[in-house]
Amino acid sequence: MTGSATSKRFLQIAPALAIIGFFMLAPLGLMAYVSILEKGLNGGVVWDLHTSEAYVNFIFERDLDDSLILNTDYLQIFARSFGLSLLTAALALAIGFPTALYMSMQPEGRRNLLIFLVTIPFWTNLLVRNYAWILLLRNGGLVENLLHWLGIAADQPLGLLYTPYAVSIGLTYSYLPFMVLPIYASLEKLDSRLIEAAFDLGADRRRALLRVILPLAAPGIAAGCVLVFVPALGAYVTPELLGGGKSMMIGNLIQSQFGAARNWPFGAALAFALLTIVLLAMMVYLIRFRRAPAGGH
Amino acid sequence: MGDRVGTPAIEARSLSKVFGAGADAVRALDDVSLTIRQNEFFTLLGPSGCGKTTLLRLIGGFEQPSQGDVFLEGQQLTGLPPFKRPINTVFQSYALFPHLTVGQNIAFGLEMLGRPKEKRTARVEQMLALVKLQGYANRKPAQLSGGQQQRVALARALASQPKVLLLDEPLSALDLKLRKEMQIELKRLQTETGITFVFVTHDQEEALTMSDRIAVMDSGKILQIGSPTEIYEHPQRRFVADFIGETNFLEGRITEANGAAVAQLACGHNLTLNGPGQKGSGGGQRVTLAVRPERAEIVPPQGEGLPATVGAVVYMGTDTTYHLTLADGTPFTVRSQNHEGARLDLASGAAVKIRIAPAAIQRLAD
Repeated sequence: MTGSATSKRFLQIAPALAIIGFFMLAPLGLMAYVSILEKGLNGGVVWDLHTSEAYVNFIFERDLDDSLILNTDYLQIFARSFGLSLLTAALALAIGFPTALYMSMQPEGRRNLLIFLVTIPFWTNLLVRNYAWILLLRNGGLVENLLHWLGIAADQPLGLLYTPYAVSIGLTYSYLPFMVLPIYASLEKLDSRLIEAAFDLGADRRRALLRVILPLAAPGIAAGCVLVFVPALGAYVTPELLGGGKSMMIGNLIQSQFGAARNWPFGAALAFALLTIVLLAMMVYLIRFRRAPAGGH
Repeated sequence: MGDRVGTPAIEARSLSKVFGAGADAVRALDDVSLTIRQNEFFTLLGPSGCGKTTLLRLIGGFEQPSQGDVFLEGQQLTGLPPFKRPINTVFQSYALFPHLTVGQNIAFGLEMLGRPKEKRTARVEQMLALVKLQGYANRKPAQLSGGQQQRVALARALASQPKVLLLDEPLSALDLKLRKEMQIELKRLQTETGITFVFVTHDQEEALTMSDRIAVMDSGKILQIGSPTEIYEHPQRRFVADFIGETNFLEGRITEANGAAVAQLACGHNLTLNGPGQKGSGGGQRVTLAVRPERAEIVPPQGEGLPATVGAVVYMGTDTTYHLTLADGTPFTVRSQNHEGARLDLASGAAVKIRIAPAAIQRLAD
């Protein structure tokens, strides 16, 4: 290849490179750098003192005599975040898959209307939507009254709000469209004649679902789970509002480090730990669901 | 092709299917009754939109009839979902499961029937041998050619030994050479397995070469049921004569001369007919006659027959097609085999006569 062709190519992709470099690599690099700096006394960082203290702090506590003691507080917050995010993804899948299946079986005109309806919550601010859930879940709120009226729960305040479950309900609600839409996309592509073929060969509805529909919708299901799990892991607003500070998640921890705790390096280190975990999860997804090249073995 | 004793494989009794409602309602199938015998290769033939696929889907259970019933070996099928019918289908698009291997595709029906694993494996091998795809069990459908996918679809549908196999235009996606091969292959499979085949096609040649019997359909109705020879040689309706092969139509009125039925044609000449029941049909009744191009013969102008003028002459190697015009302008096509090489004497504009033997003339009902 000639030099001019190479530079021409480079010029063609230069805008994309500039955007990636300026908006992604530079902030990431800055944060990586902050995470190995000494924290300033009143927030901020001391720019010329380098230390790995922030990463040590994640797992160990420094005792008075400078010896390291295992501290699982932060690990527990990570574990809780993972648990809540997994629960959220599972709930979103349990609600999202039947929804997407129903949508994909509607006539074309109605399908478009339903997609439109699924995206409507995005029009309202996330904060407002979470406040709405406070009203619904609080003692004497709509959800509690409904459960009392149905006779499912005993006639007393249930204390639904400010629990990990409230956080999970709020997260599920917030990220449900990210589950519905990719699954719907994979189900819509599914050839209805394959389902007919399954019926024809003696599969009842349940087995047609398990043996044909689910496997063929698997890429959409995996994409939906990643799209719900990853942002749920870093969620900040919902655990703050619906968890009432009692169910701290990684997002809240990072926020508090940059805010009240005035420990920027530790906040940056936590963000990097989260990023690493998310990247690992994405790699697992890519390896598991990588499409085989057409006609390959 | 003698009558088989026993209950028919499939019996449809006054089946109707209406899609939609009100002013938009489409009557896809209109009061259709038919009987398909055991071990028969039965073809539903007609143009697209004639209702043949709807009839097939009613038999398969993918649609429920608006009126009428379907019986399988005397048992009523109406209301049963497809997975409860011992009837399998080869779909037009094959509909192979892309996430399963060829072997898993073929074993799918057996698995749904709860057959143990060893039996399934043995049966898959047997089916692969039957469709000549040994060694392909572990491939994915996407790695196969169209013809191979077709064979897998057949093997999958036949594996659980259905009572009836439905085939919905399965050859339409194949190229001509492969289609010819598969026609022979299908006939062989039907003979070897002894399963009743119900085949849907719009290709008249396909229907003629493979079928034991053919039902010709149009506008949701069955116009004629018969063996390929009956359908081709003795079409009863103008549509059937026109749809299958090439046909010349002659309009005229029936009279009687010397005790024989004679048609007074629009061109002013008479044509002697034969066949029973024609004498008593009264005088002056309008009639349409059908004559196949290969059953008519061109003779010199001094001979016996209908006077005509030669138009275009199309030489096609094995035979030649002559486009003629009768005295009143009615077009008439004659095809003759080139036994003794091309006939050069029949140039455009030449006056000739067309000789049609009474046995070559088919009276149509409409």
